[in-house]
Amino acid sequence: MTTATQKQPPASDRHRNSTIRAVLSPWREVPFLGWLLGALAAVMLEHSVGSSLALTLGLRRIPVLFGFELMLKAPQHIPGMLVYLVLVYMLPAALVAVATRGLTNALAARLLQSPALSLAVHLVLLYGCMHFWCALSDYRYLVAQLALIAVMLTLSLNVINGYMGEFSCSHPGFMALGAYAASVLTVLLFVEDDVFGPPLLPPTLGPFLFPLALVAGGLVASLGALAVAIPSFRARGDYLGVITLAFTFVVKSLFENLEIVGGPRGFMNQPNWAGLPTVFVWAVVCVAVINNFVRSTFGKALNAVRDGETAAEAMTINTRRTKTVAFLSAAFWAGVAGGLFAHVVGYINPATFGAQKLAEVLAMVYFGGLNSVIGSIAGGLGLTLFSEMLRPLEVWKWVIIPMLLVLVMTRRPTGLIAFREFDALKLLGPRGRWEGGVQDGTAGG
Amino acid sequence: MALLEVEGMTHYFGGLRAVHNYNLQIQRGEIRGLIGPNGAGKTTIFNLITGIYRPTRGRIVFEGEDIVGLPPHRIAARGIARTFQNMLLWRHMTVLEHVKVAHYARIDYGLVGAFLGTPRRRRQEAEFEERSYELLRMMGVERFANKVITELPYGAQRRVEIARALATEPKLLLLDEPAAGMTPEEMIEMVDTIRRIHSMLGMAIFLIEHRMRVVMDLCETIQTLNFGEVIAEGTPDEIRNDPVVIEAYLGKEVVT
Repeated sequence: MTTATQKQPPASDRHRNSTIRAVLSPWREVPFLGWLLGALAAVMLEHSVGSSLALTLGLRRIPVLFGFELMLKAPQHIPGMLVYLVLVYMLPAALVAVATRGLTNALAARLLQSPALSLAVHLVLLYGCMHFWCALSDYRYLVAQLALIAVMLTLSLNVINGYMGEFSCSHPGFMALGAYAASVLTVLLFVEDDVFGPPLLPPTLGPFLFPLALVAGGLVASLGALAVAIPSFRARGDYLGVITLAFTFVVKSLFENLEIVGGPRGFMNQPNWAGLPTVFVWAVVCVAVINNFVRSTFGKALNAVRDGETAAEAMTINTRRTKTVAFLSAAFWAGVAGGLFAHVVGYINPATFGAQKLAEVLAMVYFGGLNSVIGSIAGGLGLTLFSEMLRPLEVWKWVIIPMLLVLVMTRRPTGLIAFREFDALKLLGPRGRWEGGVQDGTAGG
Repeated sequence: MALLEVEGMTHYFGGLRAVHNYNLQIQRGEIRGLIGPNGAGKTTIFNLITGIYRPTRGRIVFEGEDIVGLPPHRIAARGIARTFQNMLLWRHMTVLEHVKVAHYARIDYGLVGAFLGTPRRRRQEAEFEERSYELLRMMGVERFANKVITELPYGAQRRVEIARALATEPKLLLLDEPAAGMTPEEMIEMVDTIRRIHSMLGMAIFLIEHRMRVVMDLCETIQTLNFGEVIAEGTPDEIRNDPVVIEAYLGKEVVT
């Protein structure tokens, strides 16, 4: 009897917990659509009153990345910044989300009758949020582009390191192949260049043929991936890791010694065709295709190869084909991401695709979570944003981020959101009492 | 014509002769046992038949075709499925995924379907899933379908492994100690289950087992192996009373 009462938390504590739960319960019923609407309201608000509010609060300008850079540089602004964050982001988003939950739940349920339409509406809203958020600052725009590219890299590396369980270090190499191939194509065909001469095709065609250049870059990366895929038939684990690492350095020194693309000085003049909408569309396609793949029986064969190759073969799985497909498709998306990166930044050099890049991508994969699409999205977005936010700390940034990684690895060795199946349609459905299609008359109150 | 015919199979691990001049004929639908003391080469024979090892000498003919040298997945796709003595399960995967992924050889939607999600893929994935549930039900482990395999009790894991092997639609099922590590009750259930899947699906079964109850109950004929050579072959009764078999297991009686 006494032990039973001891196990329960003190009454006041229980009371507080239930109060918190009661206060938060309306927000539990907000569907994804509602959160998107809330976020959109917040960024629109910032769009219209952000800069005047920032001035009123004594901040010099709107906080670019949630105020981190300003708070780190000038701690006296921390209170003003927090007020700004609450007034502009948190309150409007939370209030709009909860106030419209009747409407958004009904809408989410209705939209789900046509999954394609539901996805499209959510994506348009998501893009809208990014668009208005980025419209206020070029720096935000660039960070958003780089974050989406990081998602593509992370997810494609996760196919090999997470889903297939090999430790591949070849991603910067794949990325470099894609970046250089796509850049050479666009510069050769559409740009007046010192080395490649006048454009071979009318430059007005460029933006329309740009996707083909990216695909070509991806295919070149896939071709390069054969150099890793074939050894992977026999070598596994650490040995394959060393082979993939060698691949990255071979590619890097190849471009360092290739004078036609500038050697170590780098290669520039890439046309500015990879705007945020383009990068967004490619990132969405990449996530959709890879998610499709890893959820198919074909994709599950990757998991089987990871968890036991002998058993996989005995269960009719062609392990060589599985490995080839995994390496080549991952390399393809890394190549496309590389091509986008080259056209976002407008300049590439071999040093970009070295050990530092490798460490970044690996950190994103292991931080976000192995064997998980949603984890890779979180890892790619999260670490890109975080590392930009910590930029004012300069060298200390490279102390804090690795420490954080160590912390995550000791607490959750497979990453934050590991081994989770990503079913977009489940995410988009109605919540709370609207779940399961039951319509409540008191909705919206 | 026999379903599987092995002729003069010999296998060396370096200088060690693991299997010597092994012969076997399995007819469609029969249940046959393979017994022998530890280290006799029983599992090696399974590994040779399923292509994990390539025999040093000899022929393995399945449905009239020589399968020596084919990669294991091709042999499995032709209709030889197996389970493993130490259960090679995929530790991060759910029970349903285990059985579903063993349909790999039947996938006909290709890479386009895998990446883009065509209607044909959706149809076939649904079909795999339905069949997987059916097999799990047959093995009595349907309730675990969405659990990760490591969360299951040992006996249930053994059953999932058999369900996974059945998903490849075998004509010959090789069971490597299906009742190992089980309690007597579990063992009896396992024998019933094997008998049931045999009568429902009608494939031939070749099984290695140490528990004599299981072999004697299930098998029509039994081979006894010692030091990589067949020392006796016959019905359970013949084997039980064969002095050579008894000697292999218990040693020679010291005559004084």
